[in-house]
Amino acid sequence: MAGHSEYVPQSAAAKWLESRLPVISLVRGSFVDFPTPKNLNYFWTFGGILFFVLIAQILTGIVLVMHYTASTTAAFDSVEHIMRDVNFGWMLRYLHANGASMFFIAVYIHIFRGLYYGSYKAPREISWILGVIIFLLMMATAFMGYVLPWGQMSFWGATVITNLFSAIPVVGESVVIWLWGGFAVDNPTLTRFFSLHYLLPFMIFGVVLLHVWAFHTTGNNNPTGVQPKTKQDTIPFHPYYTIKDLFAIIVFMIFFAYFVFYLPNYLGHADNYIEANPLVTPAHIVPEWYFLPFYAILRAVPDKLGGVVLMFGAIAVLFILPWLDTSKVRSGAYRPLFKQFFWIFAANAVVLGYLGAMPAEGIYVIMSQICTTIYFAYFLVALPLLGFLEKPKPLPASISESVLKGGSGIPVGVAAAPDTK
Amino acid sequence: MKTMITMVRSLAAVAALAIASPAFAAGAKVEIDYQNWSFAGPFGYYDRAQLQRGFKVYVENCSACHALSRVAFRNLAEDGGPSFTEDQAKAIAADYTVVDGPDDFGDMYDRPAILADRFPSPFPNENAARASNNGAYPPDFSLLAKARAPQRGFPGFVFDIFTQYQENGPDYIYSLLTGYVDPPEGMEVPDGQYYNHSFMAGQFISMAPPLYEDSVEYTDGTPMTVENYARDVSAFMMWAAEPHLEQRKKVGFRVMIFLIIFAGMLYFTKKKIWRDVEH
Repeated sequence: MAGHSEYVPQSAAAKWLESRLPVISLVRGSFVDFPTPKNLNYFWTFGGILFFVLIAQILTGIVLVMHYTASTTAAFDSVEHIMRDVNFGWMLRYLHANGASMFFIAVYIHIFRGLYYGSYKAPREISWILGVIIFLLMMATAFMGYVLPWGQMSFWGATVITNLFSAIPVVGESVVIWLWGGFAVDNPTLTRFFSLHYLLPFMIFGVVLLHVWAFHTTGNNNPTGVQPKTKQDTIPFHPYYTIKDLFAIIVFMIFFAYFVFYLPNYLGHADNYIEANPLVTPAHIVPEWYFLPFYAILRAVPDKLGGVVLMFGAIAVLFILPWLDTSKVRSGAYRPLFKQFFWIFAANAVVLGYLGAMPAEGIYVIMSQICTTIYFAYFLVALPLLGFLEKPKPLPASISESVLKGGSGIPVGVAAAPDTK
Repeated sequence: MKTMITMVRSLAAVAALAIASPAFAAGAKVEIDYQNWSFAGPFGYYDRAQLQRGFKVYVENCSACHALSRVAFRNLAEDGGPSFTEDQAKAIAADYTVVDGPDDFGDMYDRPAILADRFPSPFPNENAARASNNGAYPPDFSLLAKARAPQRGFPGFVFDIFTQYQENGPDYIYSLLTGYVDPPEGMEVPDGQYYNHSFMAGQFISMAPPLYEDSVEYTDGTPMTVENYARDVSAFMMWAAEPHLEQRKKVGFRVMIFLIIFAGMLYFTKKKIWRDVEH
């Protein structure tokens, strides 16, 4: 952080400010002079991309709120008012709705990058845990945001998810009534979700700062997992990573814009263009795509409480992940066995997403149970055991050495080469 | 290495699948008769003449039961729509009566509609609509083309990302309007219902076949067939549901060009900045 700054104030005004509040050296130490491993691949740009998406969501959201009305009788109409009458309202709304999906696409890539390269391991446990908290806050924010247009899926999604809390023994029913602010999802539910949907993004922003603070204290992980040893291993954040992140953000924006302008309703559900009706239940209630893996885990067991426990457990297990992985080697690039398990886990997560969209019957239930078992087995069985069973490949002595080897085409560490580019 | 590439490939395929999965979480299998729409694809636009014909079909054939409550008369004369002239739109509005008020004496009164008004609905509320329609509720047309999306199935929904297929709604509406076929041998059709092989909510629909040849007068020489009526009114409904589609696709094209050029320039800038770093 500030400690990395080589900044010496020159002007009188800068000296005056620095001696009172050292913000200039703080910013320079964090985002200009900050020593960053020179071998970060493009998977590392997703942190910057996520920051961009968060800001974009907050900005489009603030403007949308100027035109939105949080009331069961007016919410759906006000969203259509935005789509039809507000200048470029359709763009704001499509940016915001698709932005949520983009946020999750980016965050899933970011999380899987951390899983593959062991970014959760010592000394970055706090960064990882803060990341899991951000992920939880994102899920809450996205869920409540989806309720706001007050379409059929909004209403019934909210009903299904809030009803999960009724599985809590003894107090469950009371908790649900407390969450709803009544005896069903209704106006009090909508208005509190609106309030929280506006609040949580700023909480995410705060936790993001802590998340960055934490890994700026420990230093970035990198594709080799080997800590930087000399000055040759790092480069200043600016201009090297500012330009690389900016390039990646613009490429991501192309992907984002493609959905906003050409497939704006592809990631949504048609039923949400029907106003909420408590008397008509949709044929299939499905959550947004980014919740589907967890939805599949929820429905894998016939017992309601068991399903809820498993679903929350699927995220809770991420909190203790740093202590479940017993391997001394950080990067998956040097762990031949781990690598196979990792890709099985990743494919399994995708299959879980598919199962979440299918009706909970027949073969889908059995598959959900198998995939849920694989999900937990990865964390609770594979990672603890692999550290003892696996013989990792030799690690490079330093980042610079790995870079030079990769560049000269020597077979050692070839598996890591495409990642270290 | 090779296995890893295969794994990444299969993973990407499944990932596309998972992202798209909400698209096929809908009801039973229905017959969809896919049409070519002028508004499909990155350069899609509404065919003005088609929207005007579709509007005529709506007014003469559908509006007795189906509302269009989110569309205002002014929209008929706006860019990217049927492009009636303002005078034409005013004349259309004047044919409708809306309730206004209260006046200085506290009474509600009827007056001819003006451009600022939205289409008045044929029924005062849902119960009245059901009472006149054998218990069935004729849905409002304003959003219908976006609120109906038959399931695409695998692998269709993966390809949809690349073909930009977003016309599930109008394709469904067209199929439904032309989907009144003879029921299969031995099937009992309940009283007051009709067999339709494209209906998403079941085999039987409460709406009688709404379109008949030559029932709506086309003045531009377009053959007055059920298929043409169905296609034109579906296109009109797409416009009613997404009135800024043309603007969206036009802006989108400019945004894409800008971003691609910008990304290209940044790529070379990045390369230049990094030229001396072994990485």
